[in-house]
Amino acid sequence: MPGPSDPGFDTLALHAGAAPDPATGARATPIHLTTSFVFESSEHAASLFNMERAGHVYSRISNPTTAVFEERVAALEGGVGAIATASGQAALHLAIATIAGAGSHIVASAALYGGSHNLLAYTLPRFGIETTFVKPRDIDGWRAAIRPNTKLLFGESLGNPGLDVLDIPRVSDVAHDAGVPLLVDATFTTPWLQQAFKQGADLVFHSATKFLSGHGTVIGGVLADSGRFDWDRSGRFPELSEPYAGFHDMVFTEESTVGAFLLRARREGLRDFGACMSPHTAWLILQGLETLPLRMERHVANARKVVTFLAAHPMVAQVGYPELESHPDHALAKTLLPRGCGSVFSFDLRGSRAQGVAFIEALQLFSHLANVGDCRSLVIHPASTTHFRMNDAALAAGGIGPGTIRLSIGLEDPDDLIADLKSALKAAERAAA
Amino acid sequence: MKFDVQGRIACAYTGGKPWADAPRCVVFVHGALNDHSVWTLLARWYAHHGYRVLAVDQPGHGRSDGPPLASVEALADWLLALLDAAGVASAHLVGHSMGSLIALEAASRAPERADGLVMVGTAYPMKVSDALLATARDDPARAIAMVNAFSHSGIASKPSYPGPGAWLRGGASALMHRIQDGDEGNLFEHDFRVCDAYAGGFEAAARVTCRSTLIVGSQDVMTPAKATKELASVLRATVARVASGHALMQEAPDAVLNAMRQAVPA
Repeated sequence: MPGPSDPGFDTLALHAGAAPDPATGARATPIHLTTSFVFESSEHAASLFNMERAGHVYSRISNPTTAVFEERVAALEGGVGAIATASGQAALHLAIATIAGAGSHIVASAALYGGSHNLLAYTLPRFGIETTFVKPRDIDGWRAAIRPNTKLLFGESLGNPGLDVLDIPRVSDVAHDAGVPLLVDATFTTPWLQQAFKQGADLVFHSATKFLSGHGTVIGGVLADSGRFDWDRSGRFPELSEPYAGFHDMVFTEESTVGAFLLRARREGLRDFGACMSPHTAWLILQGLETLPLRMERHVANARKVVTFLAAHPMVAQVGYPELESHPDHALAKTLLPRGCGSVFSFDLRGSRAQGVAFIEALQLFSHLANVGDCRSLVIHPASTTHFRMNDAALAAGGIGPGTIRLSIGLEDPDDLIADLKSALKAAERAAA
Repeated sequence: MKFDVQGRIACAYTGGKPWADAPRCVVFVHGALNDHSVWTLLARWYAHHGYRVLAVDQPGHGRSDGPPLASVEALADWLLALLDAAGVASAHLVGHSMGSLIALEAASRAPERADGLVMVGTAYPMKVSDALLATARDDPARAIAMVNAFSHSGIASKPSYPGPGAWLRGGASALMHRIQDGDEGNLFEHDFRVCDAYAGGFEAAARVTCRSTLIVGSQDVMTPAKATKELASVLRATVARVASGHALMQEAPDAVLNAMRQAVPA
């Protein structure tokens, strides 16, 4: 039977969560730079604190501008809601801290952003949370690593920096068989390339600093919930299924059948840890979200041209892009990422470490810095920067070599990018002498 | 809160407060393929304003044991049995959509137990098209997507539900899928057939003796406001119009509370 359906992705990217401002008629979402919101009466104040009414009290907990950003991301991901955070790292911490504590265990992919690896391998053990790292393609390894105290499986949709494609359907099956949710860092894919919830993920977070913002201007993160994981049925999450003395003895799973996780994350996590997003930051990222479909299409188109160029160049040993048949996840990428594999990838330069340095320093258009997902093209050497705390064995486990170069392809004319790379590769070749 | 009703476990949310004696009680009854969680803001408000509150999970929905009951009349009897089990002599009966028909039928079967009747997002008759029933039978996921789109009037309702940052269409869809994916078979088709088959609405309305209020959404295309005129006349009901689609408690929680406060004062 034909019938109505929700608006499409491009429409949601522009409109979800936002309407003309009822007070002023402003068409664009206003920036509500205010710490707090006036109560209509004492009774109104009490009803907001008691969650008898929905509304804003204090901008650490919620804010009208930030809420538009949260609702829009949730709409684009196909989830029940989202929480904006001060950074992508804050989003990961919020996801973990909401359901895990001392004595908890996490199973994570070994192919992670260095900052995430630091948090899991070095920092969280100090708070009693242990992590077992597994190779992302080792489905049996995921299963074998799960313990009775495991609270979370965690991986990146496209692993950093080798672009290991996380087999979300199979890893989520492993997670769900054990009564554990799957958290996916979808920073590299964005919901335009992959809606991880549709493939089985339960929680998704982004470093919104990257493609969601897209302009390299602000730091931010966002954590979204699919609403599909049954925390009650799992039996592993008293944090959500038993009374919480810290908030009116609320049983979050009773309070909200499909929004329990976000309730606790906001009512405890933002309240107590406080890593909230500024409304100004939310507004800037909203500007980026409005053009996300257009930008991602161009990012991918440019990346494909650059990959084709590099793959054919004699100074390049290999290019790690899943659309190439040489990538171990080529077939999986075709299934899970039909729109493309993003515009962040790595390649290995032939020659010495000094030639690698010569290559990076010869680039003119590419900016050498620690970020990805900008509209401008970027370059970095992971072994000496983002992953510098990892030893050689850990680097190898993550698919990183000492000569690996990571590129983030922007929105410039692709011919100009290729010309810049060609010139820098020539400089690297000359440096061999 | 759990009760033994007709030999099975029935669960009800008490508004975030322990179940305790209070002179007045409000009972909330959800609609098709929903559960108590569509009422939590209103339930909390009344629980903090002098009422005992029961936001029930119908049999086979949410945390209540199945099987689901086959008619509005059977569900009304179950609701009255739940009041017995809870020790509630009388209560304001509040229902949304399918739940509004259950509240109506209960208020007619035991007029002395209904302190007030509030029907939210309602219509009578609540006929369901053959095409939608067929889709519900053959492709429940598609039917859920259609009903979800029908039920919302926009994509930017504020302040959202249960609070800022929630995406209403996503929440409603996830809840329907959660209920549908339970152990009770095709509850979507079941619930819509229960609505479609109910034929005693006018007779029930004529037997209701308490004050009645209809809260209708001005943009509701599931149960259009115009489809309540005859029912409102028979009930001699007050009609409150709210700028909302069918998901009134989610799209317009403050407006629904304001209308509720006229019908069920604190």
